[in-house]
Amino acid sequence: MHTTQFQQYQGKVAYKRATSEPTWVRWGLIGLALAFLGLFLLIPLAAVFAEALRKGWGVYLAAITEADALSAMKLTLIASLISVPLNLVFGVAAAWAITKFDFKGKSFLITLIDLPFAVSPVIAGLIFVLIFGLQGWFGEWLIDHDLKVVFAVPGIVLATIFVTFPFVARELIPLMQAQGKEEEEAALVLGASGWKMLWHVTLPNVKWGLIYGVILTNARAMGEFGAVSVVSGHIRGLTNTMPLHVEILYNEYNYAAAFAVASLLTLLALVTLVLKTYVEWQASRDAANIEKEVTA
Amino acid sequence: MASQKKKHLLPGFGLSLGVTLVYLSLIVLIPLAAVFLRTTELSLHEFWAVVTTPRVVATYKLTFGASLLAAVINLVFGLLTAWVLVRYQFFGKKVLDALVDLPFALPTAVAGIALTAIYAPNGWLGQWLEPHGIKVAFTPLGVVVALTFIGLPFVVRTVQPVLEDFSAEAEEAAASLGANRWQTFYKIILPAIWPALLTGFSLAFARAVGEYGSVIFIAGNMPMISEITPLMIITKLEQYDYAGATAIAVVMLVISFVLLLLINLLQWWSNHRHGHK
Repeated sequence: MHTTQFQQYQGKVAYKRATSEPTWVRWGLIGLALAFLGLFLLIPLAAVFAEALRKGWGVYLAAITEADALSAMKLTLIASLISVPLNLVFGVAAAWAITKFDFKGKSFLITLIDLPFAVSPVIAGLIFVLIFGLQGWFGEWLIDHDLKVVFAVPGIVLATIFVTFPFVARELIPLMQAQGKEEEEAALVLGASGWKMLWHVTLPNVKWGLIYGVILTNARAMGEFGAVSVVSGHIRGLTNTMPLHVEILYNEYNYAAAFAVASLLTLLALVTLVLKTYVEWQASRDAANIEKEVTA
Repeated sequence: MASQKKKHLLPGFGLSLGVTLVYLSLIVLIPLAAVFLRTTELSLHEFWAVVTTPRVVATYKLTFGASLLAAVINLVFGLLTAWVLVRYQFFGKKVLDALVDLPFALPTAVAGIALTAIYAPNGWLGQWLEPHGIKVAFTPLGVVVALTFIGLPFVVRTVQPVLEDFSAEAEEAAASLGANRWQTFYKIILPAIWPALLTGFSLAFARAVGEYGSVIFIAGNMPMISEITPLMIITKLEQYDYAGATAIAVVMLVISFVLLLLINLLQWWSNHRHGHK
């Protein structure tokens, strides 16, 4: 082959691609990036598991099966099981209204939906204390009716909903914007009802974005610390979520147990990343398939 | 006329917008309004006195200073990471790419205790830094480390797609006109990714300003030295000083809203430029 010979020749004498960097720069940059990511991502990740297992499997297992740890897990699950579906329904409704219709103040509405991202988690907790706390707007009314929001489960759920509020809507809006409304209109013309159209046309079209949003919402819901910490009151076995349980154990210098519970949350984060990567891969594969069908 | 027709064709506008507005008001708008209304319990003079106490002012300095420093670190290394992930091939790249989102997925409290364990005087890195007089854990430097971790994905994730879409032709043209690699980067590539870089930078900064969970473990929380503003709010709350906590929260909220506005403008600018290429 003439070309290979030519390339070899070129490589030896003067081969230097104009739009790439010299090898030493390339490896230097890769090395720097790896050092940065290693320092800030890999070492902390490894530290969690190393600290968790420092006193052996016995201590580890005891820490994650102890009654307070189990009740913390239960509360974390409850908070997530309530906030994820609510924010899912909201996200679909908001994305539907914003992407399929034109109305005044649309971009302002999108900014308002993003607000919880801009608010410090501590303030997210504070606002519910101001409303439902003892000195809050509904404080007396709640006491009279023997109801508790702050320093109880409802407050934790509310704070969790607040901090995870925008995720699903945020994922769906650009996706549904890009897809337009022709398919939905076709379904209606063919006689589908509104709900049928939503179920059989809209939702399948945004399936991966929806799943992605749910994964992110769930990860944040289970891991939220600042907001929940303000409204929880840190009552062991009653209003402690897993992250709060980690804090209590840590402040009691019970490091092995703190890191043991933390390692479960870290596993959750890793599973989240794996699912996220899988969903992205599936979504890009679907997109490529559609493109193939269109060009074929 | 045409848009009028379309508006009526698809169903559910009233229902979906209604659900959105009611839910948004109940969960976000009314509770946030509560903060502003509660501050009216203080006179302007009292409000000013609370938010300018030396101890509180020290927290602003640390919070904004450390957030800025962390965002700058992320600007530089985020660009580097995005560049390496988009342009080069190396072993383990896909895993690393997925791991960049770890700070989004990892609960902040876990990040906080992990970083503290590493940088504590007897920790993996602390034991090497301490003899050289570099103290990280329980100092303002620790706050910067935690905030760098928290903001790590933002710049990478905003710059990455722009770099991926960047056409090779512009670079080839620059090279054929005699630009060296550095000139091409500085004059052709950098201006193109600049809006995305700035967006990522401000997102990282905004996130860092409000961050609580990862910081409180590593900061040591010494008054005047290593206390962050969100912690100040919690301290006031624990003293049942609701008005004080609310006043500081209002200062933070106003700053956050201004940042959000800035980010939206940046993103609009970025999309605008990107879309018109």
